[in-house]
Amino acid sequence: MSDILVSEQSAPGADGSGRPSGRLLEVDDLRVEFRTRDGVAKVINGVTYHVDAGETLAVLGESGSGKSVTAQTIMGILDTPPGFVTGGQVRFHGKDMLKMSAEQRRRIRGEGIAMIFQDSLSALNPVFTVGFQIAEQFRVRRGMSRSDAKKRAIEMLDQVKIPNAKGRFSNYPHQFSGGMRQRAMIAMSLALDPEVLIADEPTTALDVTVQAQIMDLLGELQRERQMGMILITHDLGVVADVADRIAVMYAGRIVEEANVYDLYAKPAHPYTLGLLNSIPRLDEKGQELRTIKGLPPNLMNIPSGCPFNPRCPMAQPVCREKLPPLLQIGSGRASACHFAEELVNRD
Amino acid sequence: MTENIIEVRDLVKHYPVTRGIVFKKTTGHVKAVDGVSFDLKAGETLGVVGESGCGKSTLARVLMNLERPTSGQVLYKGQDISKLSGGALRRLRRQIQLVMQDPYTSLNPRMTVGDLIGEPFEIHPEVAPRGSRRTKVKELLDLVGLNPEHINRYPHQFSGGQRQRIGIARALALRPEVIVCDEPVSALDVSIQAQVMNLLEKLQAEFGLSYVFIAHDLSVVRHLSDRVAVMYLGKMVEVGTEDEIYERPTHPYTQALLSAVPVPDPTLRDNKAIIRLTGDVPSPISPPSGCRFRTRCWKAQDLCAQEVPLLQIRPGSDHPSACHFAERREIVPAHEVA
Ligand SMILES: Nc1ncnc2c1ncn2[C@@H]1O[C@H](COP(=O)(O)OP(=O)(O)O)[C@@H](O)[C@H]1O
Ligand SMILES: Nc1ncnc2c1ncn2[C@@H]1O[C@H](COP(=O)(O)OP(=O)(O)O)[C@@H](O)[C@H]1O
Ligand code: SF4
Ligand code: SF4
Ligand SMILES: [Mg+2]
Ligand SMILES: [Mg+2]
Repeated sequence: MSDILVSEQSAPGADGSGRPSGRLLEVDDLRVEFRTRDGVAKVINGVTYHVDAGETLAVLGESGSGKSVTAQTIMGILDTPPGFVTGGQVRFHGKDMLKMSAEQRRRIRGEGIAMIFQDSLSALNPVFTVGFQIAEQFRVRRGMSRSDAKKRAIEMLDQVKIPNAKGRFSNYPHQFSGGMRQRAMIAMSLALDPEVLIADEPTTALDVTVQAQIMDLLGELQRERQMGMILITHDLGVVADVADRIAVMYAGRIVEEANVYDLYAKPAHPYTLGLLNSIPRLDEKGQELRTIKGLPPNLMNIPSGCPFNPRCPMAQPVCREKLPPLLQIGSGRASACHFAEELVNRD
Repeated sequence: MTENIIEVRDLVKHYPVTRGIVFKKTTGHVKAVDGVSFDLKAGETLGVVGESGCGKSTLARVLMNLERPTSGQVLYKGQDISKLSGGALRRLRRQIQLVMQDPYTSLNPRMTVGDLIGEPFEIHPEVAPRGSRRTKVKELLDLVGLNPEHINRYPHQFSGGQRQRIGIARALALRPEVIVCDEPVSALDVSIQAQVMNLLEKLQAEFGLSYVFIAHDLSVVRHLSDRVAVMYLGKMVEVGTEDEIYERPTHPYTQALLSAVPVPDPTLRDNKAIIRLTGDVPSPISPPSGCRFRTRCWKAQDLCAQEVPLLQIRPGSDHPSACHFAERREIVPAHEVA
C-alpha cells in the first residue's frame, strides 16, 4: 500500500517505526456550500470525524443532513459547481487530500479509500459485464494480464459469496438480483484492497433478510482486512448492530459523537434522544411515539445559535444566540449542546 | 363479536406475461396474488408485511377495486365489490380510500393543495356542497396538522412528510370507513415517520376507521397493527394478533423475517440469533410446488414439495400458519423473558 501513499511526508510514528502515526482518515472542520440560482445552501458547516483501521464509524442522520456530501468530498467526487469546499481539511494518513493534485487523489481512490452506494444499478455500468468491470481495475491499476485479471476478479466475486462466481463473471448487472448486485459492487470496491471503505446507505434499498446478509458480509470483510469503515445510514437498528462509534449529523454538523453503547444508553444531545424516542421497536408494542416536532432547517437559512433550537424541547434563550461547539464531555464522547452535561446526568 | 367490514376469499390476481410486439403471445403468468383469504374487522388495523414483490401492492389495488381479480372475491359488508356498478360502485368508492407511499408522484403538481384535497368532492358533491368546500378543506388541513392558510400552495412547496399529510387529508375528505395504506411512511425519515404514524392513530380513534396497513418495516407494522398477516410469493403464510405473530410466530418465514430485523439496542447484538436465509425469492411466474418457501426453508421435507400447506391452526399453536411443521421457536432470546 505504501508505494502509492505519499507517506514519506507524514510525521514518523511515535513508536519510531517510521510508519505514519495517528489517524487513518480525518475530516476536520469541513465546510461545503452549494451555490445555486435560488441562493447559497450551507450544507456542511464544520464536520469533524475520523476513522481508524479496523473500526466502524457510523454516520447517522436524517436525509439532507449532509452525510453523502461529506462522503463525496472525501472521495473527491463532489459536484463542483454547484458544490464548493469553503474550509477544512480531509486528511488521509495525515496528508490533506484537498490540497493534492488530481493525479494524487486518483491514486488514493480505490486503493486508499473506496466507496459503495445505495443504488448499485447506477454504480455499475450496464453495458459491461460485472466481471469485466472488476477485472478492468486489476488491468488498469495493477497492470495485470487479461487472464490474471479475470482470475482475480472471479476470486473477488467468490469472496463476496456470489454463487458460481466463474459462471457469473460474464453476466451483466441487470442479470443480478438487487442483493447480488450489491455484492458485486462490494467486490468491485474492495478489488484494490482499500484501507478505508465508505458505505453510503448500502442496504437501504434491500429487503431485511438480504440486508442481514449484506451487513454480515461487510462486517466479515472489514474484520479480515482490518479496514476502517464509514457506514452512512439513517437506520438506528443497523447502527446498533455494527457500529463501534457513532457520529450524529444535523444540518451539516456533527452534534454528537460517542461509542455505540454510550450513545444508546445515554444520548448527550437532545436530537439524538429525539431520534431514539421516535422509532417504533420490534420488541415492544409501545404507546404513542414521542416525536421531534417540526422539520429540519432550510440550509439556505439556518437558525442562528443552535441550529436545532426551534425543535428542541430543552431550548433556553442562550440557544438562540450562541452556537454550541462540539465539546468533549468525558472520555471519547462529544456533544454540541449547551446542556449536554445536564442531559447525560439526569435520569 | 365485531363485524367484518371486508372479507377476502380465495383472491387471485395473475398478470399475463407476453412475448412479441405485433402478435402478443401469452407465455405465462405472474402469480402476484395467488389465493389469499382474510377478514378486516370494523375499527381494527390489519398489518400486511412481506418483502418486495410478494404481492402487497397488487392486493391493495384489488381491494380498492382499481383492478379486477382473476378469481375470488372481495366482499365489502357482504357485497362482492367486483359486481357493483353505477350508484352502488360510487358509494363503495367513497367508503374505501388509498394512501400511497410516494405522495409526490400521486399528487398532481399543477393543482393547489386546496384543489387536491377538494377534488373528491367534485365526484361526490353530496359530501360537501360547493359553497362549503373551502371551509371543509381547511378543516381537513387542520385535522392532519397542516396550516389551513397554506391552502393555495402547490405540492412542491411542502416537505415529504407534509405531502404525506396532504395525501391523508385527501383520503379522509369523503369520510371513508376503510383506508388502505400502502407503505405510507416508508419514504419518510424516522422523526417524520413517527409524526405520521401518530396522526394515523389519532384519526383512527377519532373516526373509527379500519386500516389495512401495508409495509415492509416490521417494527412500524407492529406498532400500528391489531392483527398482522405475513405474505410470501403471493400467499399469506401466517396471520394472527400482533402478539401471536411477533411473540410466538410458527412459520419459518415469519421467524426468519423477524430475526433479521435489526433492533436498536447495541447490548443485544451478541445474543441475537439471526436465521440466515440463503438464496433469493423465486420467480412468481413459476413458484415452487407445494410450499413456496421450501427452496429457502431449513426445515423442508419431501412433503413440502408435494403438498401445499394450508393456512390453518395446527396443534400446539393458537393462530393460522401455512406450514406443515409449524412450531414455536425462540427468535430473539434476549426479548423472550420466560
Ligand atoms: N448537487 C447538488 N446540488 C445542490 N444541492 C445539493 C447537491 N447535492 C446535495 N445537495 C444538498 O445538500 C444537502 C445535503 O445532502 P446529502 O449530503 O445528500 O444529505 P444526506 O446524505 O444526509 O441525506 C441537501 O440539502 C441536498 O439538497
Ligand atoms: N401490472 C403488472 N403487470 C405484471 N406484473 C406485475 C404487475 N404489477 C405487479 N406485478 C408483479 O407482481 C408481483 C407482486 O408485485 P407487488 O404487488 O407490487 O408487490 P409488493 O407491493 O409486495 O412489492 C411482482 O413480481 C411484480 O413484478
Ligand atoms: S444547545 Fe439548546 S437548542 Fe441546542 S440542542 Fe442543546 S438545549 Fe437544545
Ligand atoms: S411447509 Fe415445509 S418448506 Fe414450507 S415452511 Fe413449512 S417446513 Fe418449510
Ligand atoms: Mg445520502
Ligand atoms: Mg408495493
